[in-house]
Amino acid sequence: MDSNYSSSEDLKTIRKMMEESTRFLSLSGLSGIFAGIFAIAGAAIAWFLILERGAVSFEKSLLFTEDAALSSAGWLLIIDAITILVAALIISVWLSVRKAGSSGANIWAPVSKRLMINLLIPLATGGLLSIILLAKGFPGLLIPCLLIFYGLALVNAAKFTLNEVFYLGLAEIATGLVAACFPGFWIFFWVTGFGLLHIIYGVILFRKYES
Amino acid sequence: MKDIISGLNKAFDSRIRLGIMSILLVNDFYDFNNLKEALDVTDGNLASHLKALEEKNLIQVNKQFIGRKPNTSYSITQEGSMLFRQHIDALENLIKNK
Repeated sequence: MDSNYSSSEDLKTIRKMMEESTRFLSLSGLSGIFAGIFAIAGAAIAWFLILERGAVSFEKSLLFTEDAALSSAGWLLIIDAITILVAALIISVWLSVRKAGSSGANIWAPVSKRLMINLLIPLATGGLLSIILLAKGFPGLLIPCLLIFYGLALVNAAKFTLNEVFYLGLAEIATGLVAACFPGFWIFFWVTGFGLLHIIYGVILFRKYES
Repeated sequence: MKDIISGLNKAFDSRIRLGIMSILLVNDFYDFNNLKEALDVTDGNLASHLKALEEKNLIQVNKQFIGRKPNTSYSITQEGSMLFRQHIDALENLIKNK
């Protein structure tokens, strides 16, 4: 009886150590929800304030003129996008640190570094490609490019964290590919890909691991 | 070294050693400080368990320099990997046969 109890405890320890050392488990569902809300807020600012409900064209405002200048609406769109990205990143890092702290996990374990490297390689590639697309005059491909590379980054990083990240990645890739087929509907795909998908993912995660 | 009846290996007869072997089985290598954080043990305690596992040739020590700082990392040996897997099987059998 006693040895049986301890062998099941031993197996629990083994499983726990294996999982904790190979997967980053401190992701919070709330960060998905916040990222989604920020993305929708950013889209609203872009649509209602910067582009005056479509009176100013998204694609034209992101086209560089011959003397390599960008319209003020173009700059505002870029600042808007970078601001929501940074806000979403800060809040997810903060929530992860908080979650790791409450579960006693170490946020700077080797698996965190592996997760970051695997996330950042496709993500940085997508970011650089987006800048190249803008500079070469293809603003219509910006949203599909961001969605596809973000999805690839998630799929690539998913093996070092929660499984749900893999499916979020697939959904982002699919949204990006569809977005590439419908160039005029950038706002719809921005809201779907960065807003709704994040919120759905966040709610699923939150209900599964945090409630 | 082995308990004939249960098939359990005495070398893994501690939570800390189980933890070390579990981490090294699924990671190519792991350094001292990260093991310490993961297992939440003191330097001395961890060092003595690592030493014991090393002496039995179940794990190996790799010393190297990262910049100027010495860094000690550990990895599992082929023998360690085989014996630890057998130990896990033995634990699972014990529960199944209950």
